Amino acid sequence: MSLLNVQALSLTIGATQVLKSVSFDVAPGEILGIVGESGSGKSMTLLSTMRLTPRGAHASGAIRLDGEDLLAKSEGEMCTIRGQRIGMIFQEPMTALNPVQTIGHQVAEMFTLHRGLSAREAVQTAAQHLAQIGLTPDRVPIDRYPHQLSGGQRQRVVIAMATALSPKLVLADEPTTALDVTTQAGILDLLKALAQRNGAGLIFVTHDLAVVASLADRIAIMKQGEIVEEGPAPAIFRTMQHPYSKALRAAATLSPHTRVPKNANVTPILEAVDVGVSYQSSSWKQFGRASHTRAVDGISFKLVPGEVVGIVGESGSGKSTLARALLGIGPVTHGSVQIGGDDFATARGTKLRAIRQRIQVVFQDPYGSLNPRLRVEALIAEPLHLLDRRPSAKERRQRVETILARVGLTASDADKFPHEFSGGQRQRIAIARALILEPKIVVLDEAVSALDVSVRAQIIDLLRDLSERLGIAYLFITHDLSVVRALADRVLVMHNGRVVEEGPVAQVLAKPQHAYTQQLVAASPDLETALAERERTGVSA
Amino acid sequence: MTTQAARRRSNLTPGFCVGVVLTALIALLAGVSFLWTPYDPTLILIESRLLPPSSAHWFGTDHFGRDVFSMILQGARNSIAVALIAVGIGLLIGIPLGLWAAARRGWVDEIVMRSNDLVFAFPALLLAILITAVAGPSAVNAILAIGIFNVPVFARLARGGALSLWTRDFVLAARVAGKGSFAISREHILPNIANVLIVQGTIQFALGILAEAALSYVGLGTQPPSPSWGRMLAESQTFFALAPWLALFPGMAIVATVLGLNLLGDGLRDLLDPKTRVER
Repeated sequence: MSLLNVQALSLTIGATQVLKSVSFDVAPGEILGIVGESGSGKSMTLLSTMRLTPRGAHASGAIRLDGEDLLAKSEGEMCTIRGQRIGMIFQEPMTALNPVQTIGHQVAEMFTLHRGLSAREAVQTAAQHLAQIGLTPDRVPIDRYPHQLSGGQRQRVVIAMATALSPKLVLADEPTTALDVTTQAGILDLLKALAQRNGAGLIFVTHDLAVVASLADRIAIMKQGEIVEEGPAPAIFRTMQHPYSKALRAAATLSPHTRVPKNANVTPILEAVDVGVSYQSSSWKQFGRASHTRAVDGISFKLVPGEVVGIVGESGSGKSTLARALLGIGPVTHGSVQIGGDDFATARGTKLRAIRQRIQVVFQDPYGSLNPRLRVEALIAEPLHLLDRRPSAKERRQRVETILARVGLTASDADKFPHEFSGGQRQRIAIARALILEPKIVVLDEAVSALDVSVRAQIIDLLRDLSERLGIAYLFITHDLSVVRALADRVLVMHNGRVVEEGPVAQVLAKPQHAYTQQLVAASPDLETALAERERTGVSA
Repeated sequence: MTTQAARRRSNLTPGFCVGVVLTALIALLAGVSFLWTPYDPTLILIESRLLPPSSAHWFGTDHFGRDVFSMILQGARNSIAVALIAVGIGLLIGIPLGLWAAARRGWVDEIVMRSNDLVFAFPALLLAILITAVAGPSAVNAILAIGIFNVPVFARLARGGALSLWTRDFVLAARVAGKGSFAISREHILPNIANVLIVQGTIQFALGILAEAALSYVGLGTQPPSPSWGRMLAESQTFFALAPWLALFPGMAIVATVLGLNLLGDGLRDLLDPKTRVER
């Protein structure tokens, strides 16, 4: 008998039909991957199973866990099922954890609440459990707070909470999307091991085909609230019929970058010489020796006009700190950054504004990088502030409309608010804002990481096109090697604040020299590689 | 759009509606008192003293023969004026201070916030009594005394909200666009914390009304002959057994105003902040 049997599950929220007759089974020890883009209903499927759907939602059909229909359970009964029999892992570990409680306390709570252990026993059990999950007390003491941990460690805490009571079913909603590749690989291995060890069923929801390709026993592809295709993995990749599945697969395999490399002898537009950023930690320990954390250490590189350089590294590698230093919004404690021959550190007034015009930025999260209370016109026009002569309202409008057209939006979009757009469209707005001053360099800080695969492919095409037409140099900061492969000419691999390897993309990715780069390349999920690997080892459903 | 409108409507709780009606009613009464009161609230007519409520004097008369209804109308005006200006002082000084502290951090932040702590450390009403006792009892001093205690409330709130916004990407984007901390605070931070500030404003307004009543009750607020709810209550004490309406009506006026403003504030919070939208 299957562990979880979902039959003809439909869900409406208000007048919107979110799920349409979704049916699937999960056997004990099986890993089901649900793949789809945002809004496809994959998260709602999980939330329905947990009976955690938002207010006003109405579910019909049946969700049977060990033959018991969860839809017929009362809220009180569900409270004992959640955590004990179904565990859930969320995408963003920072928000899934209570920031004011220690991780030990939060895991221990599972045992005091559901197992009735005393506080002391619960903490001991929690410590053991965390150690099994890979958070040993010598590295991560249990009295740490969530913000003191790295993203991967936090996600391990969330997994520890979800699996604390050895539930028979674990639901994972994009558990690795917010994580680095090497961290992701660790978490994926952990989830796989947990499923095998405990014989628990695992539903793994993701937008990334490459992730499930190496992990799942079965894959279901969702679109607009329906499962359009389902089958055993990896066989399903050969037999895919539905046009949407095919499109998704095509989008997951970004075509590699084919451009004539830029001439390195041109005067560089950006030159970083021995850049270092260090922070003095904790000002409260007045009597101890002030300790400095070197977030960025001795980085030197050049960027020539029109060149695309990828900076790859995990979170904490210092790539975002470096980006801020280059953008002139973060400190540079050592070395110098020259942009078009001028340095942020020494420039003031008009000169400073002139430098700022040369370098702009697009951030990762198009939901966070646009002020929700401003209209698109005001958002895009913000950098115009840097011009010595402020454009008139009419000119401003004209420039906004021109740039909107360039990023594939329409003139009427200028009057809308950010919430009226999808994630991909918002990222186009953010790109428009970065381009309105026709900068020489655009820093793309994980600019496509938060987007759906098909949207990502479109944005990458847009970026390629803009770079070729306008001769903009990109500094592409990412953890995603496939994006680097698709866009960059050269790549810098950062680890612990230093550049450990540098060179043309094809060369570095094909023959990584440094141990860390090798690890990174090996951990990077790549659909074709994952499939080839599975074919080779003969792992199948 | 329609679903959004529907969601908004569903958040119009009965409490919020009562709050709106009460607040509007008090504001209306205060407004009317500028144009018209049944009698001159300062007119002393000893022969018609301590009259119970009747059709001629809706709320009766006090021991000087003054019309209580007229006094309540004009008292509303005084109470609202004092509380409003006091909240205004808090908003106008507190918000810029909070935004400044959040924008500059470091020693500016320390100085601003520690000064706030200092003000917070004093029992508000006691110090207000001290200020009015030293500077002399008057409505202006009452305003200042109440206003000073509103400053740290808004400074803390503004700083807290602003701090979390300063790390957001859209603020970073504005910095890349060369905006200074003043422009960012004004264009990006303030509109995003306006909700909480408005809500806190209504709550502080209610507290201001109460504080004004308390100061006037001990004779340190609005001075005679200007009518004030707090002083009316104080004066009614002697005649409570004889003329209970003298305590009843100003008391009810204070309760209605404070209740109305609190309900309004709670309702506004639910309405403006999607995170606290009630699940019903």
